[in-house]
Amino acid sequence: MKNKGTTTYHAVRWREPIIYELGRKGRRGFMIPKVEPEIKAVARDAVLSIPDKMRRKTPPEWPELSEPEVVRHFIRLSQQTFGVDSGINVGVGTCTMKYNPKVNEALARSPGITGLHPLQDESTVQGILEIIYKLQEWLCEISGMDKFSFQPRGGAHAVFTNACIIRAFHKYNGELDQRDEIITTVVSHPCNAAAPASAGFKIVTLYPDEKTGCINVEALKAAVSKRTAGMMITNPYDTGIFDSNIIEYINIIHEAGGLVAIDQANANCLLGRVRIGDVGADLCHFNLHKSFSTPHGSCGPGSAPVGVKEEFAKFLPIPTVEFDGSKYYLDYDRPHSIGKVAEFHGVAQNVVRAYAWILTMGAEGLRETSEVAVLNNNYLLKKLLEIRGVSLPWGKSRPFRMQDVRLSLEKLKEETGIRIDDVNRRIVDFGVQRCFTSHEPWIVPEPFTPEPTESASKEDLDRFAEIFSRISTEAYTNPEKIKNAPHNCAISRVNLNPSSDPKKWAMTWRSYIKKHG
Amino acid sequence: MLLQKRIGVISVPIHQYIPNSVPEIKKNMLEYLGVKDIEELFVDIPEMIKCKKRLRLPHPTPELQVRRNIEGLLSKNKNRNEMLTFLGAGCWPHYVPAVCDEINSRSEFLTAYTGDVYTDLGRYQALFEFQSMIGDLIAMDVVSFPTYDWATASGDATHMAVRITGRHEILVPKTMSPERLSVIKTYCQRLAEVKPINYDPITGQLDLKDLKKKISARTAAVYIENPTYLGFIETEGEEIGKIAHDNGALYIVGVEPLSLGLLTPPGEYGADIVCGEGQPLGIHMNFGGGLFSFLACRDDEQFVSVIPHRMITITSTEHEGEWGFAYTLPKRTMFAARERATTFTGTATVLWAITAAVYMSLLGPKGITELAEVIMQKAYYAMRRISEIDGVMAPIFKSPHFKEFTVNFGTDQTVSEVNKNLLKHGIQGGKDITKEFPQLGNTALYCVTEIHMKEDIDRLVAVLEDIVK
Repeated sequence: MKNKGTTTYHAVRWREPIIYELGRKGRRGFMIPKVEPEIKAVARDAVLSIPDKMRRKTPPEWPELSEPEVVRHFIRLSQQTFGVDSGINVGVGTCTMKYNPKVNEALARSPGITGLHPLQDESTVQGILEIIYKLQEWLCEISGMDKFSFQPRGGAHAVFTNACIIRAFHKYNGELDQRDEIITTVVSHPCNAAAPASAGFKIVTLYPDEKTGCINVEALKAAVSKRTAGMMITNPYDTGIFDSNIIEYINIIHEAGGLVAIDQANANCLLGRVRIGDVGADLCHFNLHKSFSTPHGSCGPGSAPVGVKEEFAKFLPIPTVEFDGSKYYLDYDRPHSIGKVAEFHGVAQNVVRAYAWILTMGAEGLRETSEVAVLNNNYLLKKLLEIRGVSLPWGKSRPFRMQDVRLSLEKLKEETGIRIDDVNRRIVDFGVQRCFTSHEPWIVPEPFTPEPTESASKEDLDRFAEIFSRISTEAYTNPEKIKNAPHNCAISRVNLNPSSDPKKWAMTWRSYIKKHG
Repeated sequence: MLLQKRIGVISVPIHQYIPNSVPEIKKNMLEYLGVKDIEELFVDIPEMIKCKKRLRLPHPTPELQVRRNIEGLLSKNKNRNEMLTFLGAGCWPHYVPAVCDEINSRSEFLTAYTGDVYTDLGRYQALFEFQSMIGDLIAMDVVSFPTYDWATASGDATHMAVRITGRHEILVPKTMSPERLSVIKTYCQRLAEVKPINYDPITGQLDLKDLKKKISARTAAVYIENPTYLGFIETEGEEIGKIAHDNGALYIVGVEPLSLGLLTPPGEYGADIVCGEGQPLGIHMNFGGGLFSFLACRDDEQFVSVIPHRMITITSTEHEGEWGFAYTLPKRTMFAARERATTFTGTATVLWAITAAVYMSLLGPKGITELAEVIMQKAYYAMRRISEIDGVMAPIFKSPHFKEFTVNFGTDQTVSEVNKNLLKHGIQGGKDITKEFPQLGNTALYCVTEIHMKEDIDRLVAVLEDIVK
C-alpha cells in the first residue's frame, strides 16, 4: 500500500468556548446531599455563628453548568491535548516521555490507595508502607545508595531537598557560615542552580569544554575553595553527554570538604549500568515520572525520591519508612533531619506505579530499557544529521550520546531564516509533539533536544526523521509555509504580546473581563 | 509475553513495552550506525564504573502476577470505605464525583507533559479555567500554576514577600499546622526568621496585641490560615491585614477552599498573596498524594514577576474569535533565570488542577454554598453530640468552626488509647495533637465532612461514650 503507516493529520479543532461562556443560569452539575432533619434541628443556625464581616456576601462568579455540559467541555479539551498515548513524542528531550503502562494505572487508582488518609493508624496502612519500603530497597539497589525519601514531589523539589541536606551537613559540622557555594554546570538542569540558591547558597556555574562537552578538571580545581559546600550536577547532562570525569570531580569536591549530589533526571540510560553511589556520589535523586514510567499528568504530580549514603541518612526529611522485622512504621524521631519539604509522605500513587514498573521489567528489563533508549537515540541522531541544516556543534569529539542529544539548526537559520521556534510550530502539523529546545542560556544556537526513550519503535524514529527532512526541504523551498505554521492544529499562531504586558495579561477570566471588557 | 531470545551469549528478553527489543531490529539499527556491539554506544561511561553484575531485583514479571502481587499488598490497607474515619489535618475525606476521575483518567491529560499551546491547547485552556475559578473563589486576579501542596505554596509565598519587601521576618500564628510550619522553616532557613504570634486562650483567635507587639519594620509578611489548622474561623481577617499593611508588611492568607462557599474571600479582606490546599476540590486523598495547591497574588507587576511558577494568560490568535494562551513573563522563572530566580519550580500538579476545574464547574456557585453549609452543619452537630459525653469537650475554642474541631478527652485516657479503642470498632479517630499542642492537654483534631452521615456521627458518639466511661 502506498503511504503505508503515514497519516494525514489534522488536530481536533473545536473552538471550544471558555467555560465561563458556557452554561445557563440555574443549571447545576452536582447534587449536594441534604443534611438529615435531626442535624438540621440542632445545627440550623451554625452558619449564623460566622460574624457578618467574615460571611461571604456573593458566591464565586462561576459558570452554571449541567453534568453533560461539563463532561463534554473537558472531553473536548482532552482531545486537544497531545500525550504520550496520542502519538510520537520523541522530540521531547530531558523529559523521558516513555510509555505509561495501563496496569500500573489500574493499580494506582484502586481504593486501596486512593482511599487512604496519610495519618491513619500504621496498622491500617501496612500494605502501602511495605510498597514504599520495598521500592526504597530497589532504588538503593539500582543507585548504590543506602536510603531514600519519597517526600519530594518533583525533580526540582528533590534538588532543593538535597541542597537542604548539604546545608544541614555543614551546619552539623559547624561549617555552614564558611561553606556557602554550590558548584554546578550550565548544561545541568536549571534547578541545580535555582534550588540551592533558594536554600541560601551562592552558585558557581562552570561551562564545559565545547569539544568534549565535559567540564575541564582544571577549571573545577580552580573553582573549589574552603567556601565550597558541594557540587550539584545532572549526569548525563541535558546535552546527552555523560561526563566521564565524574570520578575526578567527586574526588576534588570531597578533598575540598564538599558533598556531591547527582541529579539523575536523565537516568533512563543508566539503569542497570551505572550505580552512582558506587562511583562515590553522596546524594542523588530519580524522577519516577521520567525513568520509572509514572505518567507526567499534564505536568505533575510527579515524584522524585532522594537517595543518600548511610552517612547522610540522618538528615533525610521526616518521617522515614522503617521495618522492624514484623511491621512497617514511620520514624519521626530523627533529631538531625532537615524537617519536612512537603506535607505527609509524597505522591504514593506514583510509588505504586514505579513499583509495578520495576516488578514488570525486572533486572533484565531495566538493562534492556537503557540499552534500547541509547540505541534509539543514536539511531535517530544519525538520521537527523543526514538532514540539511542540522548540526551537532557541541561535544564533537564524542561519537555517541546517551538518552538524548542537543542538536542545532543554526545552519538552517543562516541559510533560510527558519528558526527552531518556526520548526516547532510546523512539526506539530504532522501529528507529532514539538521538540524541546533547551533551557537557557542557549549555549547551542537554535537548539533542539530529541529523546526517543525505549518506547519508540524504529518506524516512529524513521517517521520523525522523515518529517524533519520534509520541513528542512520546505525551509529551503517554501519558508513562508513554515513561518505561517501551524496549519493543521487546533489553533493558529498565538499573539504573544500579553505575555509581558501588565495592561493586557489576564491570568483569570475576572481579570480578562476587567481589562478587555 | 516475555520471549527469551539469544543474541551472542547473553539472553535478552523481548519486552512488551519496548518495540525495538526484537534482536533483528537492533541488529539492523546497529548496522546503520556502523557499530558491532551495542556496548560501543556507552563509550562515554568509564569502564571502571560500569556495573558488571545483575541487579538484585525481581525477574521480569507478567502483568497477571504484577497485579496479584500489588493487589495483595494493597489489600493489607484499610481504606475509607472499610473504616469510618474522622481524620483531616491537611488532607480531608470528601466525596469525589465520578466525573472528576473520568476526566483525569483521560489518557491525553494523563500522559501529556509540557507541549506548546498548538499541540496542548486543551491543557492550556483547562489550566486557565482552573486559574480563573480559583481567582473567583478567593477574589484574586492573578493565579499561577498549581504546586505541590499548601505547605510548599506558603513557603513560596514567604519567598515572594521577602523579595518584594526586602525584609527578613515572617510572622505566623501559633495555631498553624505543624506540618506546614516545618515546611515553611525549611524554605525560610537563611532567608527569613519565622516568629510565632500568640492566640487568645478562650477563642483561639490570633492575639492582635501580640501581633502589634511583634510586628516591626523587619517584618516581610504576616501569614494566617483561615480556617485555622485547629478548625475555627479567624474572624479578624480584615483587622490583621490592616495591622500588616500599617507596618509596611505584606499579608499572606492560606485557605481551605470549600470553606469559601461561606467565608469572605481573602481578596476582599486585604490579602496580598493567597495560597491554599486544593485536594478537597475533587481529588482522592491518596495517602496524601492527592495534595496540590494554588498560589495567587494581586495583579501588580512587582508581585507577578516574583511568582516562582509558570502562569498562563489568555490571549488571541491570528484568527478572529479564537482563544489563545501563553506563558506570562516566561523569563522570570528558573527555566530562564536559573539561580537569579532565587526560587525553583518544575513538574507541578496539573492533573489535579484540571480535576479541580472539573469539580468547581460541577459545583457551580450554588453548589459550593450549599456544600459548605452542609459540612458546617454536620461538624456543628458532631461537636454538639460529642460534647454531651461526660468529661469530653468539643471544641476547646469558643469560635465558629468549619469542618474540623478540637476534642478534649479530659485526663483519664490518652488520645492514643482512645484511638486504639476506636480502631477496635472500625473507627479511625481524629489526629492526636497532644505532642503538637501540649498546652491543649489530651486533645485530638476531628474532621467531619459531607461524607459523614448522621448514623456515622452517632456511631462515633456511642462508641466514644463507651470508651471514656
